[in-house]
Amino acid sequence: MKINRKLFPYVLTLPALLVCVGILIPFFTAVYYSLQRYNLKMPHMKGFIWFDNYVNIFSDPSFWNTIRVSLTYTFFTIIIELLLGLGIALLLAKRNWLNNILGVLLVLPLMIAPALASLIWRLLINPNFGIVNYLLSFIGIDDFTWASHPDTVLFTLIMVDVWVFTPFIMILLLAGLRSLPRQPFEAAELDGVPEYYKFFRITLPMLFPFILTASLFRLLESIQQFDIIYALSQGGPGESSMVFQVSAYLQTFQYTNIGKAAAMMVVLWAICYFLCHVFVKQWHKLKIKTKGELLQ
Amino acid sequence: MKFNVWVLLKILAYIAIIMFFLFPIAWIFNMSFMTNEEILRKVPVLFYEPTLKNYIGLWKGEIAIEGFATMYVYFKQNLINSAILSVGSVSVTLLLGVPAAYAFARYKFKGGEDIAFTLLSFRFAPALLIILPLNLYFSKIGLYDSYFALIWVYQLITLPLLLWIVRGYFEDISPDIEYAYRLDGHSWFQSFWRISIPLAKPGIAAASLLCFIYAWNNFVFALILGSSQIQPVTVGALAFITASAIPYGLIACGIVVSVLPTLILALFIQKYLVQGLSLGAIKG
Repeated sequence: MKINRKLFPYVLTLPALLVCVGILIPFFTAVYYSLQRYNLKMPHMKGFIWFDNYVNIFSDPSFWNTIRVSLTYTFFTIIIELLLGLGIALLLAKRNWLNNILGVLLVLPLMIAPALASLIWRLLINPNFGIVNYLLSFIGIDDFTWASHPDTVLFTLIMVDVWVFTPFIMILLLAGLRSLPRQPFEAAELDGVPEYYKFFRITLPMLFPFILTASLFRLLESIQQFDIIYALSQGGPGESSMVFQVSAYLQTFQYTNIGKAAAMMVVLWAICYFLCHVFVKQWHKLKIKTKGELLQ
Repeated sequence: MKFNVWVLLKILAYIAIIMFFLFPIAWIFNMSFMTNEEILRKVPVLFYEPTLKNYIGLWKGEIAIEGFATMYVYFKQNLINSAILSVGSVSVTLLLGVPAAYAFARYKFKGGEDIAFTLLSFRFAPALLIILPLNLYFSKIGLYDSYFALIWVYQLITLPLLLWIVRGYFEDISPDIEYAYRLDGHSWFQSFWRISIPLAKPGIAAASLLCFIYAWNNFVFALILGSSQIQPVTVGALAFITASAIPYGLIACGIVVSVLPTLILALFIQKYLVQGLSLGAIKG
C-alpha cells in the first residue's frame, strides 16, 4: 500500500481533525443563535433579529455588572497568584529535602477538580462547624460572612481560585528558576552586587518568558472560570459574583433565552480570541527561542 | 541579629504556605473519618475515634442516620461514571492524537501549523459557547445523556493537550533512526510502531495521565450534557452537598474518594508536569 507522500501527513491528522470539526459546527450554530430571537419558552417568536441581542446585552446594566465582576475576578486572581507563585518559587528554588517535598506536595491543590476544591472550602467555611472560622476567631475575626454576603463573596471565590491555581504558576516559575544559567549570578556575586539588584536586574528579566507563559495561560482560564463559581456561589448573592459563563448558563437554563446567552458567549469568545492571539504569538517566539538555545 | 529575623520570616512563610495549601486537604481527610456529631462540635475535636462508617456507607449506598430512616446515596455510580468517561476519553485521544502528533512533528506540510493551532485553540474557547448548542443538538439526535457523546466532547480538552505534549517528544527523536530502520526494508508503520512510539513512550504515558486528570476533573460538560445517570463525581459531589440531611462526614468522604485518584496520579507524573501543564512550551 503506497499513499501519496504529500497526502500522508493529512491522513495521519485527519481523524483528530474530524472529531474536532464535529465540535466546530456548534460554534457556528452559537453565532447563528446569537443573531436570533430565540427563547425556548416562546418558540413561535423565533426569528432573525441581526444584532438586537448584542444591542440588548450592552444596554443592560446587569451585563455590565457581569463584565465588571469577571474583570475584577480575573485581575485579582492573576495578580495574587503571580506574586504568591513567584514568592513560593523563590523560596523553594534551592534544592534540599524540605523544598523537594514541598515542591511535590504543593502541586496537589492543582490536581483537585476546581469544582471539588469549591466544595472542600464550603465545608471548611461552613458557618456551623467550619474549621477556618474557628481558627479565625483566635485572631479576633468572628462570623466572617464568606460567600453569603455580596461584599465578601468575591473575596471567597478569589481565595479558592488562588488555592487551586497558585501551584500552577509556582511550578512553572520554579522550573524556570532552576533552569537559569549560573554564570550571571556568579559574576554578580564576584562584583558584590546587592541582592535586590540581582533580583530585579538578573532574575526577573531572565524569568520573564516563564512569567508570560504562566500568566497568559491563567488569564484565559480565569476570565472563563465557571466550575469554582458555580459550585460555590452560583453567581449570587444577588448578582455579586455573576461572571460570563455562569450568567450565560443561567440565561439558558433559568430564562431559556438561548439568543441572549449565545450573544454573551460570543462576546466572551471574542475577548478570549484576542488574548489567545497575543498568547500564541509570544508562545511561538518562546518555543523557537528555547529550541534555538538547545541547538547551540 | 539581621540574619535571625530573616530566618524567622522564612520559617513563618513556610508555615503559612503549608497551612494555606495543605491543611484544607488534610482536614477533609480528617473529616471523612468523623461522625456528624464530632464534626458539629463548636470546638473542633482533635482526638476522636476514627470511624470507617462513612466509607462503608458510601460503598453500600445506604447509611443509617440516628432518628431518621435509612438514607440512600448513589455516589458509587458517579465514581464508575468518572472512570468510564476518563478512561474512554484517554483511549480515544491516544488513538487519534498520537498519529497526528507524529505528523505535526515529522512533516512540514501545507496548513499543518494552522491545523495544529486550530486544535490548540479549542483548549481556550469558552466551554459554554460550544456546549449550549451541542445540548440542543444532542437532544434532537438522541445523543443527550450518553457516554459516547460525552467522551466525544471530552476530546476538546484531552486531544489538544496530548497532541501538543507528544509532538514535542516526537520532535526530540532524531528522524535518522527511523530512516535507518526503514532502509532495512521495514514499512513506515513498522518504524512508527517499533521505533518512534517506544522512544516517545515516557512522554506519551505522562501526557495520557495528565489527560486522565483533566478528564476526571471536568465539571461543566457533564453538568449540561448528561443526566445524573452518567454524571461523574465532580457533578455528583455538588448534588451531594446541596441535598439536605446528608451527614457532613459522608460528604467529606465523597470528596476524598473523588480527589484521591488524581492526587495519586499526580505523584507519578511529577517529572513531566511542567512540560505537560505548559503544553510543551516550558521544558521541566
